[in-house]
Amino acid sequence: MNTPQKKPAAKQPAGRERTAIWYEASARTRVRLLLDAGTFQELIGPEMREVSPHLKVFDLPEQFDDGIVIGRGQLEGSPVFIAAQEGRFMGGAFGEVHGAKLTGLLRAARDVKSQPVLILFDTGGVRLQEANAGELAVAEIMRAVIEARLAGVKVIGLIGGRSGCYGGGGLTAGCCSALVVSEEGRIAVSGPEVIETNRGVEELDSRDRALVWRTMGGKHRRLLGGADAFTDDTVQDFRNAALALLRSAAGFDLGTLKAEQARLGERLQQFGTCADALDIWKAEGIANPASVPELPAAEFISLADEIRRGSHDAR
Amino acid sequence: MTTRQRSRQARDARIDAGAKLAKGKIVEARDATRLLEAVIRPGDRVCIEGDNQKQADLLSAALLAVDLAKVNGLHMVQSGVVLPEHLDVFERGVAKRLDYAYSGPQSERIATMLFGGRIELGAVHTYLELFARYFIDLTPNVALIAAVSADRDGNLYTGPNTEDTPAVVEATTFKDGIVIAQVHEILDKVPRVDIPADEVHFVVKADKPFFVEPLFTRDPGAITETQILTAMLAIKGVYAPYGVRRLNHGIGFNTAAIELLLPTYGEKLGLKGKVASRFALNPHPALIPAIESGWVEQVHCFGSEVGMDDYVRARSDIFFTGPDGSLRSNRAFCQTAGLYACDMFIGSTLQIDLAGNSSTVTASRIAGFGGAPNMGCDARGRRHPSDPWLQAGREADPDGPAPLRRGRKLVVQIGETFGDKNVPLFVEKLDALELAEKLKLELAPVMIYGDDVTHIITEEGIANLLLCRDEREREQAIRGVAGYTDVGRARDMNTVRRLRERGVIRRPEDLGIDPLDADRSMLAARSIRDLVRWSGGLYAPPSRFRNW
Amino acid sequence: MEDLRLRYTARQRAGGTKPMALVGVVASGNLEVLAERVLPDTECQLEIKTAAEGFGAVWDAVAADFVERYSPGGLRFSINDGGARPDTVWLRLAQATRSMEGDQ
Repeated sequence: MNTPQKKPAAKQPAGRERTAIWYEASARTRVRLLLDAGTFQELIGPEMREVSPHLKVFDLPEQFDDGIVIGRGQLEGSPVFIAAQEGRFMGGAFGEVHGAKLTGLLRAARDVKSQPVLILFDTGGVRLQEANAGELAVAEIMRAVIEARLAGVKVIGLIGGRSGCYGGGGLTAGCCSALVVSEEGRIAVSGPEVIETNRGVEELDSRDRALVWRTMGGKHRRLLGGADAFTDDTVQDFRNAALALLRSAAGFDLGTLKAEQARLGERLQQFGTCADALDIWKAEGIANPASVPELPAAEFISLADEIRRGSHDAR
Repeated sequence: MTTRQRSRQARDARIDAGAKLAKGKIVEARDATRLLEAVIRPGDRVCIEGDNQKQADLLSAALLAVDLAKVNGLHMVQSGVVLPEHLDVFERGVAKRLDYAYSGPQSERIATMLFGGRIELGAVHTYLELFARYFIDLTPNVALIAAVSADRDGNLYTGPNTEDTPAVVEATTFKDGIVIAQVHEILDKVPRVDIPADEVHFVVKADKPFFVEPLFTRDPGAITETQILTAMLAIKGVYAPYGVRRLNHGIGFNTAAIELLLPTYGEKLGLKGKVASRFALNPHPALIPAIESGWVEQVHCFGSEVGMDDYVRARSDIFFTGPDGSLRSNRAFCQTAGLYACDMFIGSTLQIDLAGNSSTVTASRIAGFGGAPNMGCDARGRRHPSDPWLQAGREADPDGPAPLRRGRKLVVQIGETFGDKNVPLFVEKLDALELAEKLKLELAPVMIYGDDVTHIITEEGIANLLLCRDEREREQAIRGVAGYTDVGRARDMNTVRRLRERGVIRRPEDLGIDPLDADRSMLAARSIRDLVRWSGGLYAPPSRFRNW
Repeated sequence: MEDLRLRYTARQRAGGTKPMALVGVVASGNLEVLAERVLPDTECQLEIKTAAEGFGAVWDAVAADFVERYSPGGLRFSINDGGARPDTVWLRLAQATRSMEGDQ
């Protein structure tokens, strides 16, 4: 791999642009603004035209980067690997090339050993049109995440885009060292419509969006321990949270996995009979659970830090 | 001796028949159909609400289920054909003839049924026109209305969604008709009396509140850069130079963008207090930032909007509210306000032809007129002057003698040159004409006539039709903002250039606007969540708009 | 999908030194434009893959006007289009050109 050339800093003070809203921003914009100004070097960029080999058959348009931007840059002067899914291209879904780019990036990180990986998830799962290749890719990605972590690399997931983090994305996120999520972010495997179709509207009314967010959304994931940090919705907020997680995320070995297993077992025991997130929040000691969705970010973060005070080192 | 009080006797007979099913005026939901069978006669003129927003859904279902031997061949007169039941009654033979104003959700089915001869069409009206005819030749024999609550005497609270009810009841009850209301609650005392008990004959208690849809909520997240550009053009190119303070916005994303640009772009242009301060408008959530930023002095509403009740309550300085604190809307008066007390209408449409006529009719959908033609027309009965009105009048007739020169209401059509599914906004011939031929209508359903339109705004620029001297100039002015549609590409380049030199057509750069500046970051609110924050948590959006 | 290849002569070279710029996302009603500075100074090309078939004449009208107005000489625009409207196409071409001419 070539050493990235350091580019001159952009004329505009990057700090001002970091007020951009994460949810609204494209993958490219998120990467450009998250990293130190001018430090991003793209790998397998759009000019290489590594497009999906499958979409033509379906008469669907391709995207030059196949919906994922990967590369290297710096975060407060320290080198990082970075990948960002474009949630508006085919719902950010994994395809063969898209998946291979992420796998390749993670393996590079595994080999380099000293630089963490930031994955900016924004995905509905695997592309229907590339089902087998996509599923294989997710399996390879998950393995690559674990191999990288075993080599001492921290893998941090950032979740807050309009497609959420579903399917293979949710599974991959579950393998990361730590996750930061915003209120708009959602993390799950099956999507709300799929659950409703398969289990009925009594199980989950996918049109009850408040319920969907209570079940899969950023605030609940933070309170349940499925995400390690909650952040407000600007690029600056995500950057701050990512930096904090890079400092605090622990190492990884068999012991970590066993502790995670135990954590999940305890969680199931404690909350397994709860019918709604409101019941879980109440059980966690929150005085007014119904007010949680409307809490502004700063207040919610304090509340979550209080509740998750005895934080585990699992993951 | 002929008595001229037969209809009064007939009404009393109907009341007696219905009273058998009632305790005082109150009737159980399960007896609703039998009540209607007792009170309605075959061939009656029946008004069902049928408003733009609220629907008397229980009474609609009850009407559908009547015994056809007792009730059939009705003449329905209603503002809105909204629920499936409103058309099912025609399929079944309960109803035969229809006069109405708006059919948004049923626009496809009603077209099919009209083509198929399953409905005898009286006419399609505007709201105000229909209300007017309730008093002359379309007076209902029976009105089936929707209210929030009633007391045991029959006083009704219609609340924020009062909408058409006062007009409907006035015409029906004072011309010996029967008024039947569905309510969700019977209370000892209603929060305020919107309809007095004298005017109400029966009250049916429903299990749930009446159906109401959020029609006026536009997610700021869906506003595009092009819509923002048209909004910038509108504010700088029309609102500012004419100094428009009193106005109506037709619902749409272009006007939502304008509402969200006032506190940012409008502020930058120094326009606060000079434009957009008094509205005939439903409580659009997109207007919250402008209200909170001090732009808006007063709003009168046609109806309400789901989720806005608490916000309106807390902003009674701006909105019309009752002694109970909740919104009081009134479609008839708000339409009149839009007609006579506003200096501008601005809204979107589906098709515009070379004369500037516009229509929302397509080959397969008939949406009706609603209120737009009253908002979007020059009100020739107006007499009081205002600066924007006089200025527009001067532009239209620069050589006329000033003391005899009436002003003109600004009627602005705004939209992208290509609409949904990349269908062109501009056409040589309106689909409405084809529809008129097919249905043998005397008049093609034109929403706004070209000779009422004063400006057309697209992403390509503003065409000021007031400054056009003849039909040919008008046609080229329209082609000159029609972008890359077939209509736009067929423009006469030389004429369009001359029109631009005269200021009849103004491009963004002529107004000092760089299209690349039209960015979503200019919106005061970029999401529904932002609107909730702007409202201090008072706005409670319906579930479908949440992403938290 | 339809492939279009359009060629124009520009008055002058597009300003700036950036070799490449990408704007937009491929989605319904949207498009991505990859601008590359790979042509002689007065040439301009558009290579378009579009989901909306039969609009060649409109693409040509938009592109010809765009080249006339912005003079993006030397630039090849490669486009993946999800059925965007002409005004969106113009906007992305303008954004791509501005990016190439700027310092970002």
